[in-house]
Amino acid sequence: MMTGYPREQIRRTLADPRLQEAIYSATGRLMEHRRQVVAPEVLPDYQELREQARRIKEHTLENLDAYLEQFEAQVRARGGEVIWAKDGPEVADFVLDLARRSNARLLVKSKSMTTEEIGLRERLEAQHFEVVETDLGEYIIQLAQERPYHIVAPALHKTREEVGEIFSQRLGVPRENVPERQTRIARTVLRQKFLTADIGITGANFLVADSGAVVLVENEGNARLTTSAPRIHVAVAGIEKLIPRAQDLAVFLKLLGRSATGQPLTVYTSILSGPRRQGEWDGPEQFYVVLLDGGRSRVLADRDKRQTLYCIRCGACLNHCPVYRRIGGHNYPWIYSGPIGKIASPQFQGLTEDPWLPFASSLCGACAEVCPVKIEIPRLLLELRAEIVKTQAREGQNRWERLGFRLWSWVMTRPRLYEALSLAAGLLAGEGSDQGWLRQLPGLLNAGPLRAWLDYRDLPAPGRSFRALWRQRTARVRE
Amino acid sequence: MISRDHILNKVRTALGHAVGRTAAAPPPARLCVPAWTVEERWQRFASALEKLGGNAVRVSEPAEAQRYVAGLTCGRAAVASRSLFLEVCGIHQLAGVRRDFRDPGELRAACAEAEFGITGADYALADTGSLAVFASPEEARLISLLPPVHIALLPISRLLTGLDELLSLVPNPAERSSALILITGPSRTADIEQILVRGVHGPGEIHVIVVDDRETRS
Repeated sequence: MMTGYPREQIRRTLADPRLQEAIYSATGRLMEHRRQVVAPEVLPDYQELREQARRIKEHTLENLDAYLEQFEAQVRARGGEVIWAKDGPEVADFVLDLARRSNARLLVKSKSMTTEEIGLRERLEAQHFEVVETDLGEYIIQLAQERPYHIVAPALHKTREEVGEIFSQRLGVPRENVPERQTRIARTVLRQKFLTADIGITGANFLVADSGAVVLVENEGNARLTTSAPRIHVAVAGIEKLIPRAQDLAVFLKLLGRSATGQPLTVYTSILSGPRRQGEWDGPEQFYVVLLDGGRSRVLADRDKRQTLYCIRCGACLNHCPVYRRIGGHNYPWIYSGPIGKIASPQFQGLTEDPWLPFASSLCGACAEVCPVKIEIPRLLLELRAEIVKTQAREGQNRWERLGFRLWSWVMTRPRLYEALSLAAGLLAGEGSDQGWLRQLPGLLNAGPLRAWLDYRDLPAPGRSFRALWRQRTARVRE
Repeated sequence: MISRDHILNKVRTALGHAVGRTAAAPPPARLCVPAWTVEERWQRFASALEKLGGNAVRVSEPAEAQRYVAGLTCGRAAVASRSLFLEVCGIHQLAGVRRDFRDPGELRAACAEAEFGITGADYALADTGSLAVFASPEEARLISLLPPVHIALLPISRLLTGLDELLSLVPNPAERSSALILITGPSRTADIEQILVRGVHGPGEIHVIVVDDRETRS
């Protein structure tokens, strides 16, 4: 089942002590920050908040058609426009057309996983528009021409020395390795971009149906600038981002900041509804919300697995995942990494695209423990595993595996045969075993999937079966 | 239009809904407003904001607020909003403070040059140390955003317990303004090696001056 995973790439990550340290300490710090602000003595109603958040998400998705229409009507009533896009190319077509119509040359962007998902920046750049990421981490990633390493900390894997190198090479500034001064450099460069940009592009953390509002949370002020300085604001959001009422923000904002970075509230929360109104001094003159399907309606059709769409992109499951903490964010096939990526990718990209993904988990359950909207990630991983196995069986892909398991069950239901075979295996295994543990299989058996399986695990050395031990014990008791 | 119908159709099919079906009632909103006295709210607000690296000051009357702001700006370039409360505190009379602009372009240019941005705040939230500001003809968005130092003034009667109280007073912010901004401490980042740096794109310094009302003045 684990065939096709990026083995060499993962080996390189595991063999890089600096990278290992960076991932481990950054996620460790985020875990600790979160732990401090959800502790019962600090937030006694944390579990009730989670329950309420889950209930609201469940309800919203069950009534998504009505909430989408309500949201659209509210945005329109306040002078904004709603654009519906089936996929990434449709989003890009809209933005390109808008940029051309309004003679725009420079577009500033604040961090958005949804736009990463559809490669919006690259699509616009391909048509010769200048598009600048303005979140510091995302800006570093853009200059380095990489993709985000983590949902909330895109440049988590970069050291200050690497940032110094990237800035000096790409911006032509003197090399600077102090994060504070590096931040000043970015501020100065990006300030000019903000003040001259024609269009600001953002994602949305939430879309509020009863207000027609786009809600953005951030710490740097770049999302505020993106939505205040340029004359046009375009928010791109998945259709699952809806919540019914502005009052529900009381629950979601408390959970999001805490789960993501351990902040009771992030520094800035913007609740934006429509273009600037009569008499206002600033804010966009045009306000557009692009609602993206991009596979979401397909995920919605599965009553059980639709909870994947509850995700509010806090990244807590990444920080707490023993697999993410070793292999980092670039060894997952899609932009969403960690546990949420493991359940989202197969559903969005197709089950057979990267069939190994749901299997690359120990099912330890830490992700479900910390998820602020209580997505049952481990259970969904099991569901997906079953579906993948069934699909592959149908397509005749895992013939050898099925044959192997049939043989196994045939042996297991014949006690005497099993005993004889395990005795034989015990004798054969002698050479590879080490204090009762088998580190590799002997001879010809040490090949293929069996060898791969033992690469990272030790097997208790086969020896005397339970039945043999039991016979011995009852004989002893009789004496 | 084609994509709109296509997506809505797919959503309805996924949910097994007919066209024109109305949404079921959502679970009741969950808002918990604690019964904190003015003193408790002030204590919590000051300690929350200071923990974030902001400065919370309480003064007993508008004239004292004016003196405090004068001590901060020392006549250097500042842009003030048209907030009535700033008027009450006499902020616009201070040396270096500019309030009137011919057009939005001039306001933006002044904000980009100024060392201080001075605004009112519609509310403050005690438990998180936040300010809540509605964009309006009186409050431009860029004044609390472009200058490196933000100074905000508000009467203590506007100090709420927290977000829950704000959303019970203003259940639909969109009806009141095109933008409700919550500001919780100075602008910050930890994007490079998780090292905290203040003042990334927004102000790295924030001072909130809370002015006693007649009732709370001792």
